[in-house]
Amino acid sequence: MMVTKPRLLWLQSITCNGNTHSFLNHPDLFSILDHFEIVHHPALEGSYTFNDVIEGIVPCDVLILEGSFTQKGFLKGGVEVSSLIETYANKAQHIISAGTCATFGGIFKQKDPENISGFCFDLEEQTSRYEMYRSKLISLPGCPMHPKWMSYVLLMIANKKKIAIDNLHRPVELYGYTVHTGCTRNEYFEWKIDVKNFGLKEGCLFYENGCQGPYTRGSCNKILWNDTSSKTRVGTPCFGCTEPNYPQESLFRTKTNMGIPAKMPLGVPKRAYLTLTGVTKSFKIKRFTERLMEYDK
Amino acid sequence: MKIAEKKALKRESIIQTALQLFSRNGFHKTTIPDIAAKLQMSVGNLYNYFSSKDILAQEIIKYTSEALGKKIRVVNMTDVSAQEKIYQIVSVYFTMAKEKPEMIEYFLRVYLSNREVFSDGCEGIVCVSGFITEIMIFFDESVSSGELRNQDFFSAFGLFMGYLGGMVFLKGEEVLPHDIEYYIDDISRNIYNALKA
Repeated sequence: MMVTKPRLLWLQSITCNGNTHSFLNHPDLFSILDHFEIVHHPALEGSYTFNDVIEGIVPCDVLILEGSFTQKGFLKGGVEVSSLIETYANKAQHIISAGTCATFGGIFKQKDPENISGFCFDLEEQTSRYEMYRSKLISLPGCPMHPKWMSYVLLMIANKKKIAIDNLHRPVELYGYTVHTGCTRNEYFEWKIDVKNFGLKEGCLFYENGCQGPYTRGSCNKILWNDTSSKTRVGTPCFGCTEPNYPQESLFRTKTNMGIPAKMPLGVPKRAYLTLTGVTKSFKIKRFTERLMEYDK
Repeated sequence: MKIAEKKALKRESIIQTALQLFSRNGFHKTTIPDIAAKLQMSVGNLYNYFSSKDILAQEIIKYTSEALGKKIRVVNMTDVSAQEKIYQIVSVYFTMAKEKPEMIEYFLRVYLSNREVFSDGCEGIVCVSGFITEIMIFFDESVSSGELRNQDFFSAFGLFMGYLGGMVFLKGEEVLPHDIEYYIDDISRNIYNALKA
């Protein structure tokens, strides 16, 4: 007997294609997609054309949305993309918002904050569509989302497993952590030693260089990018790209009030943080003042 | 009363007595037998509570820092302007200097003057964090609300606390022509004018 694969439709709204490209970098892309029938995809071959999509005749079990959403004024093939998306959102059993734009509004929201949002969330607020689609919604924010976050969700769906999610519909397995978890600079965070220059392995980026890792949900330092590294590991601050309020300004500078970081690590009261900071800063640990590794000169 | 509660009370009475003796007579001129005698307890029993004079001295600075920190925390929790909070913090500090002079004297004449006693166990601000944390909270909230100018923490902290400590020191030297409380208004205004945005 022939087994019917779930039919997967990837639709784009206002987007830079970043999530499409991110997913194409998955080392096991085709073995993952082999669990599905791709009915249409912006970059991969599908069994239906975009004209078929516009006509509303394409079957769809899993709908992946990429890009920010506006109800009116963004057309493809002469058709409002919003109506296309709603057509297939009604058909689908699962809706995955791929990336921060599709989830919360993201960068493209800056163009027209009043009218551009995510599909089911506008920043952290639920949109009018939320109630209709909440039962089938999975959020994968990130700019872009990590390809393995997508493959986790797809394989869970393919294997008919329930995905545990939080209040913004993010899988807890992926977003239960902060980006800080697993950062190779954690010892420097513990002892409150900031990095002295970009590119150095020594030092934490939280105190002066804008790192948002301690209060950003995501598993970038657990599930590494390209199976190799992460922003913070190579010396770039986390920009908080998975958060509803992304993007923010001054991404390379920590906002401080008299030297005290304005934003605290997730869930940490300021009084507790400052008490701990004062104590740790009172000690000078020689190892943390030295290079991690010395090379022959 | 449970044994643990009795012990806690005894411990606090040792701290308070030692605090007075250290502040009045100096750290080195005060001995453990002096403190025990004042408390009418045996030297051996006192050592059950504090294993050395240095450790007792360290516990006292934590105790005074926590006591002052608690009062400033009350100020921080009130919904008033940064200017008013400065006035209240100055009042708290000077009132304590008047009513419990040993608390501030201990900081100035024992803690700051005998650093070797505190070098192992009270590094940096470890033993005074109860107080400094509240000053940090005050600065953070006042800059965040736009009332105070954003700057390095220590440049603001030194101006604020160095000023107050200096005045209490002068009071201790009995060179101030007026009661310490006489200066609350002017000093609060000076600090606010120096730190305001």
